[in-house]
Formats: sequence, C-alpha cells, structure tokens
Amino acid sequence: MTENIKNATLEYATCLGDDALVLGHRISEWVSYGPFLEEDIAYSNVALDYIGRARLYYGYAAELANDGRSEDDFAYLRSDRDYRNLLLMEMPRGDFAYSQVRQLFADVYATLMLSQSVKSADTTLAAIAAKGIKETKYHLRRSRDWVLRLGDGTEESHQRTQRAVDQLWGYTHELFDMNSSEQYLADHGIGVDVSTLQAPWHQMVSDILTTATLKVPDSSWAVRGGRTGYHTENLGHLLTQMQIVHRSYPGCQW
Amino acid sequence: MNAEKLELFEVFIRSKRGLDHKHAGSLHAEDHEQALEYARDCYTRRSEGVSIWVVKSKDICASQEDDAESFYDPNDDKPYRHATYYVLPDPVNNM
Repeated sequence: MTENIKNATLEYATCLGDDALVLGHRISEWVSYGPFLEEDIAYSNVALDYIGRARLYYGYAAELANDGRSEDDFAYLRSDRDYRNLLLMEMPRGDFAYSQVRQLFADVYATLMLSQSVKSADTTLAAIAAKGIKETKYHLRRSRDWVLRLGDGTEESHQRTQRAVDQLWGYTHELFDMNSSEQYLADHGIGVDVSTLQAPWHQMVSDILTTATLKVPDSSWAVRGGRTGYHTENLGHLLTQMQIVHRSYPGCQW
Repeated sequence: MNAEKLELFEVFIRSKRGLDHKHAGSLHAEDHEQALEYARDCYTRRSEGVSIWVVKSKDICASQEDDAESFYDPNDDKPYRHATYYVLPDPVNNM
C-alpha cells in the first residue's frame, strides 16, 4: 500500500466510522423512550449494529494510523471540527417520525453504498461492508415499514412524517458529494463513487414516499459541510454527552 | 399508530433445522408483518432461532381448566394405552 493510498484510506475509514457512530448514538437516544417495549428493543438493536460498525471502521483507521491510537481515541478524543460525518447523521432525534425518515434516508444510502463497497479492492473495507449489508437490509425493511405506516397512517402521523421529509431533505444532497481524496480512492477501486448513487437513491426513496402518500420535495435547498468538519450545532451537544465519561476519567477501566 | 390498539401475538421459534417450533413468548404488534420483525428483534437477538412463526393470540383456541375432569380424568384408568402395560415375550429385549 503506498503512503498516499494509506492516508486516503485512513481518512475514508474515519469518515465512515464517524457516520456510523454519530447515527448509532442518535438512535441510542431512543433507548427507554420508544413508543412501546417491542419497538424500543428493536430500535436499540439497530443502534448496536451502527456502533459495532463504527468500531470496525475506527479499528481499521487505528491500524492504518499505527501511531498508538485506538478506536476509543477516534471516538472519544476528537472534537466536532475533527468529525467528518455527514450532517444528516447528526440531526437531532426529533419525534419518532423524524427519526424514521432520517433512518430511511440513511438506510437506502447505506444499502447502495455498501453493495458497492463489498467489491472494494481493500479487503478490510470489503469485509466490513459484507457484514454491514446484511444488517442494513434489515434496517431498511424496518424504516421503510415505519415510513409507510406513519405516512399512510393518521392525519397527525402523516403531517409529522411529511414535515420530517421536508426538514431533512436539504441534508441529503451532501450524501453524494465527492472530494478529491474520495475520488482518488474510487479511481483505485477502493472507495465508492457515491455520486453515482444519487439517481438510484432518489428513485428508491421517491417510490417509498409516494407509496406512503407523501410528497417528494423538489427544493434544491442544500446544506453541506460534514465531510470538511463544518457541522451544525447539534454535533457539539451530541459529543459532549457521548464523550464526557471518557474525558472526565481518561483511561478508566471497569 | 396507537399503542393501545396493538394486537397480541404468540411467537414460536425453531432453534435448529430439524427441530420443532417451540413457544417462545408473546409480543404486541400492529399486524403479522410487524410481529415477525419484533419477534426477530425480541426473541432471536442471541441467535436463538432459524425460523419464526407468529400467530394472533386470539386465533388460538385453548382448552379450558373447567374441562379438565372430562378431558383428562377418563384416561387415568386406561393403562392398556401405554406400551409398558404389556408383558413382552423374552426374545424381545427392547421395544
């Protein structure tokens, strides 16, 4: 592995780890607050899948960095400007409809992205994707199900779901942006060219929203910045909560 | 979506191919599809199963405690329905 590829892959694994950890943490905020017990357990399982995925990506990043840092250093000792997650993942928990719409957007994206990533020339990235795609197929089944139920449910659930779609839509454009480092990895068959995923993503999401009697937004209002470390104020709040124990008691074991 | 309107389902899990589905517990869900997903999430998260059945609890017709006398007691004095009632000829060692 050349130095250039190694550095780009380290950055790439960190980005994907950040996406997984931040979304996993957001989902974990539903633990004990689910609408009923069965859903509480089910959604917690999804949070665990994401946090597990973050560990795999961070573990690989730590291995590539080879500077004594561990997965915990990546998760707990970087501040918001160092995080590279997509903004969609850090948006607040919101109400249940909001969380499920975000979940649908993220699950469709993950389905498309991981199906490409399993073919990566980097065998570690391919293996993480192979494990992740199985989990993601189930996540998508759930979030699709919920958006259909809520969108085509009561007047109240329909309104809340449509509002969530409209509020989150502007954060989905950045999912398909490519920077030069990502392009470099894609050219070498290591990273996924996510710009090619926009059309199939739009198609899949539109089909589900339409079936759920929801309107597909046509606004081009777009927010960007996650991959360059420019975040919404939500990430800082999330990190303070997630990192406080580790930062207050460095190296603590129990 | 109203939590009070959820229906009760019984969950049956097959732990291994070749074994029977066994009753694992019950859960609430809106319909069969959701019940199957929750059964997966609530009852197989430690790899307990390879196949799941869900059935609405109200669709199960159960015997009643009041019927116990007429259902089961009459069988107590019919030992000839057990193989052990019969004396085996010596040449038959095992049956």
